[in-house]
Amino acid sequence: MIPLLELRDINYAYAGRAPVLRGVSMQLTPSERLVISGHNGAGKSTLLRLIVGLLHPTQGTIHAFGAKRTEEKDFYEVRRRAGFVFQDPDDQLFCPTVAEDIAFGPLNLGKTRTQVEKITQDILSSLDLLHLKDRITYKLSGGEKRLISLACVLAMEPDVLLLDEPTNALDERNEARLIEILLSLPQAMVIISHDAAFRTTLATRTQHLHEGVLKPEDSKAEV
Amino acid sequence: MGHLIGTGPKHAISAEQPTPSSLDLLDPRTRILAVIFFAILTVSLSSLPILMMCLATSLILLFVSRQPIRPTLRRMAAMDGFIIFMLLLLPFTMSGHPLFTVLGFAFTQEGLLKAIEIALKANATILALLVLVGTLEPVIFGHALHRLKTPENLVHLLMFTLRYIGVLHEEYIRLRKAMKMRGFSLTNTLHTYRSIGYLVGMMLIRSIDRSERILAAMKCRSFTGKIHLLSNMRYTMTDAAFAIIGLLLLTIFKSLDFFV
Repeated sequence: MIPLLELRDINYAYAGRAPVLRGVSMQLTPSERLVISGHNGAGKSTLLRLIVGLLHPTQGTIHAFGAKRTEEKDFYEVRRRAGFVFQDPDDQLFCPTVAEDIAFGPLNLGKTRTQVEKITQDILSSLDLLHLKDRITYKLSGGEKRLISLACVLAMEPDVLLLDEPTNALDERNEARLIEILLSLPQAMVIISHDAAFRTTLATRTQHLHEGVLKPEDSKAEV
Repeated sequence: MGHLIGTGPKHAISAEQPTPSSLDLLDPRTRILAVIFFAILTVSLSSLPILMMCLATSLILLFVSRQPIRPTLRRMAAMDGFIIFMLLLLPFTMSGHPLFTVLGFAFTQEGLLKAIEIALKANATILALLVLVGTLEPVIFGHALHRLKTPENLVHLLMFTLRYIGVLHEEYIRLRKAMKMRGFSLTNTLHTYRSIGYLVGMMLIRSIDRSERILAAMKCRSFTGKIHLLSNMRYTMTDAAFAIIGLLLLTIFKSLDFFV
């Protein structure tokens, strides 16, 4: 099977600092849910940012959706097909109202207003969030913001979801809700999470990022 | 869009919940345009009795809108605070027929009339603005400006400010609380000034970081430089009626001012 994402020997260092990633290799195949753990500052978020081309590796290659991606414009398609859910929903929800935020992505993709209206309606009703449609984003609760930021990404109909600490600052009820939603989605996912319970429920495969290298979770004991 | 008004908790931006008023029947754009026309007319008038009629019109709007009267007038008075010194000094600085002198400075009749004129103009305009536009939900105000073809960058600037001022405020409160927890209190010492400096600096750095993360998130959703705003505002017969009455009134004021 052709992997959706394939990273080979990725190295990355922030300017003036020691490298965070030293030869990371990773594959993601369809309908897989890969959960990546690792201590703070291990470079987990950096890894996701590299995948969508917000950062560019100092060494190594990124293949996504069957093509090699190197330049900024190569990543336009990657960003459309790999939906990135940011760690802080406040970074992601910038539009005044929920409906506008969900519409932002599809409108950028050139969809018409009628199509977008339908997408918004469909996404929100499938997540059972239709009551939030006309709410103002800054007035949503933390849990609502998280679910809406997921809805915004789903509205672009991605093939892959990249989730950065999705359970961050969620209470138990909202976390259970999020797990339920994620389990029901067909997309392949790369999820970054510290939450052990969350990992065991969702992951089809887990990896651990340690000292700049990605290793299967079970080999953690050897490290 | 009236159903948007009054949802959610209180917030730094819309601290006061707008009370429903009969003005809500008007399209937000009508309200903005009305204030613009009213302000231009008021500024162009020069006869005191007509200016008083302008102020009376604003007051009538206030009553019709069923806004809380005291707080609205208090907000109007807050604006007066900015111009009060200018108004007080004007009679002394304008040349003309002196009424009396203070410490050798002549208090002139022309200056007094000018001060009254400016006070009337400012208060009539600001009151109309508070009643017609100040009662709009800020987000709707932004949408209306967009529909009125205000330059996009300005509308986006307003929208981003509305969206993030609360986030930044919360960040400030968090930092400030953390300082308090470690025994910090405001005193007139170098330590206080330095610490507040750090706080402000930290806020600035965090804001820059956040703006970069927001841009990254926007790029991830195929942002290409255009933000689409969705709104379904429609002019109705009420707007037409309001516009006709308004224009008629403005014409009457202007012609009266011309003949008086």
